[in-house]
Amino acid sequence: MGSTNSTLLKIPNVEVLMQETGFSPAHIIRLHDRFKALDKEGRGYLCPQDFGAIKELAMNPIGDRIIGAFFSPGKETVDFHTFVKILAHFRPVDKDRPKEPNSLEPINSRSNKLKFAFQLYDQDKDGKISRDELLKVLRAMLGMQVTEEQLESIADRTIQEADLDRDDAISFEEFRKSLEKVNIDHKMSIRFLR
Amino acid sequence: MASSVYLCLLRAVFLVCFVNPLIQALDANVLQNPHHELEENLTGLPIVTFKWHHVQTPYLVIIWVFVAGLAKLSVIELNHHVTGVIPESGLLIILGFILGGIVWGADKAQTFKLLPPTFFYYLLPQIILDASYFMPNKLFFSNLGAILIYAIFGTCWNAATVGLSLWGCYEAGAMGNLDIGLLQFLLFGSLIAAVDPVAVIAVFEEVHVNEVLFILVFGESLLNDGVTVVLYNVFDAFVALGGPKIDAAEIIKGIFSFVVVAFGGSFLGILFAILLSLLTRCTKHIQIIEAGFVFVVGYLAYLTAEMLSLSAILSITFCGICCQKYVNANMDEKSVTTVRHAMKVLANGSETMIFVFLGVTAIDTEIWVWNTGFILLTLLFVFIYRIIGVFLLTWMLNKFRLVPIEVIDQVVMSYGGLRGAVAYGLAAMLDEDKIPEKNLIISTTLIVVYFTVILQGITMKPLVQWLKVKRASHSDLKLIEKLNNRAFDHMLAAVEDICGRIGDNWWTRGWNRFEENYISWFLMKPKARKNRDYLFTVFHKLNLEDAVNYVSEGERQGSLAFIRSDEAANVDFKKQFGSEFTDVMPDIMVDMSNYELGIENFTVTSIVKDTIPSVSLDIHGQDRKNAVDDIRAHHLLQQHLYRSRKHHRHKYSRSHFSINQSEDEVQEIFQRTMRNRLESFKSAKMGVNPAKKITKHHKKELTHKMPNGHPDDTGHLYGDKVDSAMGSETGTISGTFMRDTYTVGAGIENPVFLPDMDSPTHSSLPWLMETEAVAPSQRAQRRLPWTPNRLRRLAPMRISTCSTDSFLMADLEEHEEQPQTDHEEIRPVFD
Repeated sequence: MGSTNSTLLKIPNVEVLMQETGFSPAHIIRLHDRFKALDKEGRGYLCPQDFGAIKELAMNPIGDRIIGAFFSPGKETVDFHTFVKILAHFRPVDKDRPKEPNSLEPINSRSNKLKFAFQLYDQDKDGKISRDELLKVLRAMLGMQVTEEQLESIADRTIQEADLDRDDAISFEEFRKSLEKVNIDHKMSIRFLR
Repeated sequence: MASSVYLCLLRAVFLVCFVNPLIQALDANVLQNPHHELEENLTGLPIVTFKWHHVQTPYLVIIWVFVAGLAKLSVIELNHHVTGVIPESGLLIILGFILGGIVWGADKAQTFKLLPPTFFYYLLPQIILDASYFMPNKLFFSNLGAILIYAIFGTCWNAATVGLSLWGCYEAGAMGNLDIGLLQFLLFGSLIAAVDPVAVIAVFEEVHVNEVLFILVFGESLLNDGVTVVLYNVFDAFVALGGPKIDAAEIIKGIFSFVVVAFGGSFLGILFAILLSLLTRCTKHIQIIEAGFVFVVGYLAYLTAEMLSLSAILSITFCGICCQKYVNANMDEKSVTTVRHAMKVLANGSETMIFVFLGVTAIDTEIWVWNTGFILLTLLFVFIYRIIGVFLLTWMLNKFRLVPIEVIDQVVMSYGGLRGAVAYGLAAMLDEDKIPEKNLIISTTLIVVYFTVILQGITMKPLVQWLKVKRASHSDLKLIEKLNNRAFDHMLAAVEDICGRIGDNWWTRGWNRFEENYISWFLMKPKARKNRDYLFTVFHKLNLEDAVNYVSEGERQGSLAFIRSDEAANVDFKKQFGSEFTDVMPDIMVDMSNYELGIENFTVTSIVKDTIPSVSLDIHGQDRKNAVDDIRAHHLLQQHLYRSRKHHRHKYSRSHFSINQSEDEVQEIFQRTMRNRLESFKSAKMGVNPAKKITKHHKKELTHKMPNGHPDDTGHLYGDKVDSAMGSETGTISGTFMRDTYTVGAGIENPVFLPDMDSPTHSSLPWLMETEAVAPSQRAQRRLPWTPNRLRRLAPMRISTCSTDSFLMADLEEHEEQPQTDHEEIRPVFD
């Protein structure tokens, strides 16, 4: 236990972090270890290149977007706090944890999970997934056998399905509505982060 | 055609070979008499002879099958009120009681019984094969851990606790004097332990619980059959060995044989699945019988496992589960349909037989031995230990599950512990020499079966409703959901990578990659491999859809990209269409560009669709409305075409291809509507009242012009728009009627007519095609070009859409050009 405490103590504001993310000390330590392993030069922050060094991530079609999600616009680095907070999106929702009435919406709430997914599409951060943005994601995810025309028709159809106000783009509200029936808690949760 | 013939053949084979042993008990004397009498009277060359004896066995078999079929028919058809309350399986058993009573009344002895060999060799395999072949694999494997825990530990727990508790009560003197020992009790515990897949499917099929709950109960029932048979065999051997000879070594051997039998059986099943997949790779030239291989190899897997004394049920289960993907990809589409239907026919047929005979068997004074203590205690323990077992195991499982199993689901799971024919078959197989109380065990088993299937079956539905168990969502994935699900998968994998942990997603992904690279390469045709891609199916569907659109609209080319009015598409479009038309009617192209500037919401295709035939400027106003209609019709068409195919993801239902049962009535309404549409269309073809039709049409257009004004209206896609769009497509006399029916459907969103549009993908497809193709053609004719050369160009398309009603065009021409003066008067009606 001594080592647990000493590791925790090294992390500044660890209490706040745990409060915000709902992670247990064990999680924080595990993530901290991972953070240090990624941060090969020991700078205390991570660059996109550090993420790029993860081999499997390079094979992930939307890996770059996910890496991008760790970096707020204009910033080239991510510190441990942000790192943990981003990962907290994927913590399963716990039902038995008492809900404090005054507390903010937890990071792993349904709508926050959705927001995370949404911003992977919405690269220009205008609050809408435009046709082009959707096309880009599709192109990334669908591989080479697909012709451009097919891609476009899929993108069109997807937008048609979700687009309620007929502006040829999917707003967050429309995005949320279109995924109403999907069990987001299930789909966007990782067991070991529980 | 070929497939249906083959299906009949299969069925015949099944029927002929299937109940021979069933008749063993038949009293031949009574039946031989007419034959002999007839022969004695013959002196010369007989012209016709009565040869009952020759056909006796197959004849009786067929008669029983026929009766079982009639029983099912009557159960389903005659009384909807009753079937709403009592599940089909329970009703069939009750009907079996009646039939058994009739037979008993006639013969004073039960001459027809469900004998274990009949059950295990002729009735059970196809049910298991069906269940596994239509297993939703992804769901099954993602819950495999839980299923295995329930199936193995749950069953062992049930067997041990029920056996031991009964033994304890027996020792305490609760059941009087019985010639039965601890081992016999354990043997009985093991045969009564397993939840029965046949009963479970029959009941759960009617209660639409959420899919995770379903797969847990169903998967457990499927796998624990294997487990219980193995347990049964082990204890049977122990009983044969006798108490004193059992030492530690024997027990260890027993455990070891348990493992070998269970895993050996599963492994054998996988081997046969590979064999089957490889076989279907090269059956291209004998397509007509390739569907048969599925059954033959599946049955072979079952029998081989039986021969090697491995678990036959597990063998055929894994054969079905593992081969489905490759077999479906390798075989011709027709064969796939054949397999589907034949499988359902066989499985549903034997399920009916099983339940009827479970009832018939009961009417026999010979087997009934009553021991109040034993029977009641068994019922109690079976019920209680099931609940305890489920809660205990779930409590452990929930520590590891991402989505914990809720308490309500656990209640339903424990309550869904239905026992069935497997338990009875095992009980009937007991050796009377070794187990003197065999009849008591049989009657107790039967009572447990009746109790669980009938009573728990009846109460299951109210319980599920009362507990508000999460039901199966009828939602079929939309494209956006599909894409997002894929994106979520990638996301999770990426986050796992970032966290540096090997989680579930890592394994899933690794397996998928392995499967894709090696297994598919090995087991799938190269051609099928290309199609197999998850997203490729989407393209396939898109293309099919485009083809349908192309045909029905009579002028579509390219993909849906043209639906959009963006610049690139226009250019593209003009390239394709412009060159064709400019020489014929250059002014149209000018018209088109005007439209693009002037009218929002208009798609290029729809404009062109309308402008091509209507050269006259007078009817442009009308065209605009039509274009909006077209968009909607398009939208509608796309939506339901696409989704409908998606609809039956869960094929585990035996009697229905689609899971949408609760909306039976709506379906009926819908089908009636469709028939009406066809009929009215036919009458329209005869040229009845074209003038009237057109006025209707105007009204229709007006009505949807209005929702267009309200932005809110875009929200519910299946309200007005559905009926208006469809209505305008047909534009027929039954317009008003259809309006009503579609609004009925509107509330329920898409599921209403999706399942019937698709139901069995293939079987009802002709019907679907018919309506799809016919309806738009009616509309399309309104803009059919009238100049000879264009007529010629479009002629083949019209033929292909079955719209032979070209003589209507003359009338249409007149009416279309009528000024729309009557709109104002009509508007209030629709408001």
